[in-house]
Parts: sequence; C-alpha cells; structure tokens
Amino acid sequence: MQTSGSTKGKSKPSNLIPGATGDWEVVIGMEVHAQVASHAKLFSGASTEFGGSPNSHVSLVDAAMPGMLPVINEECVAQAVRTGLGLNAAINLTSVFDRKNYFYPDLPQGYQISQYKQPIVGEGVVEIDVDGELMKVGIERLHLEQDAGKSIHDQHPDYTYVDLNRSGVALMEIVSKPDLRSSKQAQAYVSKLRSILRYLGTCDGDMEKGNLRADVNVSVRKPGEPLGTRCEIKNVNSIRFIGQAVEVEARRQIDIIEEGGKIDQETRLFDSAKGETRSMRSKEEAHDYRYFPDPDLLPLEMTQGYVDGLKKALPELPDEKRTRFVKQYGLSAYDADVLVAERENAEFFETVAKGRDGKTAANWVINDLFGRLNKEGKEIAASPVSAAQLGAILDLIANNTISGKIAKDLFEIVWSEGGDPADIVDKRGMKQVTDTGAIEKVVDEIIAANPKQVEQIKANPKTMGWFVGQVMKLSGGKANPAAVNDVLRRKLGI
Amino acid sequence: MQVDQATVRRIARLARIKISDDEAKGLEGELSGILKWVEQLGEVDTVGVEPMTRVVPIELKQRKDIVCDGEIADDVTRNAPVSENHFFVVPKVVE
Repeated sequence: MQTSGSTKGKSKPSNLIPGATGDWEVVIGMEVHAQVASHAKLFSGASTEFGGSPNSHVSLVDAAMPGMLPVINEECVAQAVRTGLGLNAAINLTSVFDRKNYFYPDLPQGYQISQYKQPIVGEGVVEIDVDGELMKVGIERLHLEQDAGKSIHDQHPDYTYVDLNRSGVALMEIVSKPDLRSSKQAQAYVSKLRSILRYLGTCDGDMEKGNLRADVNVSVRKPGEPLGTRCEIKNVNSIRFIGQAVEVEARRQIDIIEEGGKIDQETRLFDSAKGETRSMRSKEEAHDYRYFPDPDLLPLEMTQGYVDGLKKALPELPDEKRTRFVKQYGLSAYDADVLVAERENAEFFETVAKGRDGKTAANWVINDLFGRLNKEGKEIAASPVSAAQLGAILDLIANNTISGKIAKDLFEIVWSEGGDPADIVDKRGMKQVTDTGAIEKVVDEIIAANPKQVEQIKANPKTMGWFVGQVMKLSGGKANPAAVNDVLRRKLGI
Repeated sequence: MQVDQATVRRIARLARIKISDDEAKGLEGELSGILKWVEQLGEVDTVGVEPMTRVVPIELKQRKDIVCDGEIADDVTRNAPVSENHFFVVPKVVE
C-alpha cells in the first residue's frame, strides 16, 4: 500500500520523466500474487493442478456448501514461511485469518479467507540490480489467502460461466513498500522476486498461467514533494507488460496534472493490445471489505524451532550463489548474474564448470549455449547439448585435442546430431594438428608460393594474420593456432 | 452509536439485501438498538487483556498436503439453478 508516506529513495535524474512543467518522479509499489506450490488447496483436500475439466478439482469446501469447514494445509504454511525467510523478512509466530467480504459469482463463500491485521510475514528486503546498480526494495508484508474461481464471459451472450477449480488454491500476496522509481526497477523487482520464489520452490513463477501476477500501484510527483494520488493497475501478468503499464500510466497521470486536472484514486486495467490503462470503476463501489477474524479458524501459531528448522533446510538463494560464483569461479558480476537468474541454469553451469576452468565454462554456457537456446526459444531443460557433453567439448579444448574454432563446429554437431564429443572428433578427423613437422611442411609450401607476401611481412610484421589464415585454410582449420604462430615466426624470421 | 438511513441502505446494499423505505426506517431503530446493546461491553476495562480466541486450549488443526477430495463435479453442480458441462451458469457479469 502506498500510503505510508515513505519518501526515501531519491530518483537518479535518468529516472525522471520530462513533462511540460518540468521533471516528474514516478513512485511505484507492488502487490504480487504468487500461487503457492502445493498439491492440495489452502483449506481443502482438492487438487491444485492446472487445467482440469470444469469444477473437477473442487471439494464441497471450495464450493462453499453449507456446513463445510476449512482445515489449513500445513505445507502452504511452510511455503509462506520459507518465502518470508527468502525475503529476509520477519516471521510472525502468531498470525490470524480474516474474512474479506465481497460478492462475485466466482467467490461462492461471499468472502475470501485472507490475512489482514496480522499477516504470517512482516517486513523484509529484496536486493535488485538495475543496470549494474544495486538497490534495496522494502517488503511490507506477505500474507496467505485463497484464490477465487474463474469467470468466463465469452461463452454466451447473456451468461457468465463459472469454474471453481482455482477457488481455494493458496496464494501469497507479497506487498512491497513504495520504493521503486522507474519501470525498469519495477521489472527488476518482479524478476528478482520470481527468481527467489523459484529457487525456494514455493511458487513455480509461471506468469503465463497466472501463477504469478502483479497489481502495480503508480503515482507521480515533482521530486521532493509528498506522494501523489495513486492508481492501482490490476493483474498485470508479464514482466514486459509491467514495464509498459508503468510507463503509460505515469504519462497519463502527468498529462492530467499538467492540464490542471487531478488524479482519482481508482483501480485500472492494463490493455496490452491498445497500450493503455482503463478505469475499472464498476468494481470500485464494492471496496468496503468489512474484514473480521474468521470464526472458523483459530490463530495460526508456530514455534521458533519450527521456523529455524525450515531456515536450515533452505537452498542457496540467487544472491548467495552470485557471490559464490564470483569468488569460486572468478566470474564477472554480470556473468554471475546471468547464470544465477534461473536455478536450472546455475545448476547446468556448475555441472559444466566442475573440475574445469570456470571462466571458460561460463563463456560457453552463456554465449554459445544460452545464445543458441534463445534463438530457438528453448528452455535449458530441453537443451540438445547436455552439461556432460559441453564439459567433454571443453576438455577437448583444454587438452589441445581441438582448437577453439573447431570446438564451435563440434558444438554444432553435438547440438544437431548428439553423440559423444570425443568420439565425433575421432571419427571425423577433427583433431588439431600440433605436430610441428606437419605444420612446418604447410608453412614451407605457403612461403614458397607467395614470395610477394613474404616481402611485405618483412616490412610490416602486422600482416602475419594473412599467413595464419592460409595455414588454417590448408589444414582445414585443424592446425593448432599457437603452434602455427610459433612456426611462422621462426620461418619468416620475425 | 446511532445508525442513520444512509448507513442502513449502505449496509443493505453491501449485503445485497433489497429493502423498502418503510423497512429502512424500521431497521434504523433496530440496528441502533442492537449496537447500543453490544456497546455495553465497552464498560469492561480490557487494557492489557489479549483478545480471547478460544475457551479451551486447543490449537489450529492442520492437514497434510495430500489430495484427498474433489473430482465430484456432478455433486458440486447438482444444486445449481443452471449449469452446462459442469460450469455454473450465472447471469452475465459485465466487467
């Protein structure tokens, strides 16, 4: 909620948005809804699986049949605590479930079970990296709540179809402080949050399925002035759209204020096709939720020992991994960042780097493998080249069996045909020639056939590249470049 | 606390209960009476007293994360006034 009046975090001039009356600062706070990774729902034993037939993953509790009572899923509680710990946040050993009351056809209870005054997780902090600059984003709170069902409006001109499969699935609402000052920062924050959740295994982060979605609170002000009136853009479901939504909403607000108007606090919708935000005034009237503690549920109590046990079992998180990669493998901060963003990528890299040169491994994984995967729109899990295969290619370079250039060809072969890299090199005669005698023979031939170039190089040793190229050409790229250089220098007397 | 006409109408609206003008007038007095009665609790000094959440020392019961329910779409939609392909069908909700 952007009402705390926080004014910390000054914008860099580059983050300011120019207007007719001078520069403006945009202030952003986020409410991210992350679906808890669990088999069963928050308060029932129905499945959380995506894409079941209509109303199949629904128990009588989820359908709010009379007399049904909620019983909390202990794993959802553990997942919320793990997430809180991953966000460096305070864990509240006692928290309370409340009823948030409103009417909508996909909410059969007439209220959502949520947490209001006493959430399970309190204040925390997430560190983000925007263009090489580190900044801390405050977390206000994290609470557990139920998802609603799904309304389908386009099946019939006069009716809405309701499917309750999502009804009762556990969500974590993660509320940030209004610390973000640009669309880039907002995107970096959600990317980082998603990465942390995926490392923790507490949410799969699948934005296409709506398993991670953001409500974005945007307001504008002149730098140094108090917070402006905010608008909340609901349910933005991709990192790209988050950036676009912030940009167009900030511009809309600046234009209104500069034309002498004022901003109405309201809920808006981002239309990605039109690239604009639109008012959702129809829902505004119902914004009196009359929260009260749910009498069906006792307060949720945990012991410190329980929290400590979960903490001990946490995996290494992206920030720790990045620091370790820089230290252990001598990687640049940028390369380490690229590698740790997805847990699967980091694991792939570590398998390749094990017992090998870390920097070389990072270069191959990032440039050759990721580059190729991106080009074909593939995830690392579907990579045609396994970590073991890439490692074997690196070994062949390291022990001088092949040159770096041949290695790229070898990578292509393994990518499209598979197979054991060492075998391929053997069978296709790709071994590089390190035998000085053989290289000398080729060099002699070239020197004999090109007296003019030999004259030139005596005057200007910089033209040596031409000779190296000729040797490579004649040897089918298999001559060892270092050996070629040695022999050439010796024979040409430079 | 005295409840006025406007508050009565707002509460009715939030609860989706349709009331006539006559009923609203009557409810004004009724609701005010109920609130006044409950307000007597304000006379008790509760400074430093934790809110009571249970009368016997029991803890919140928790379930294991096991799928053991659902897959009963026929039962779930049996009482629906209108349903189709196991969807609940309701009057169009315009966004």
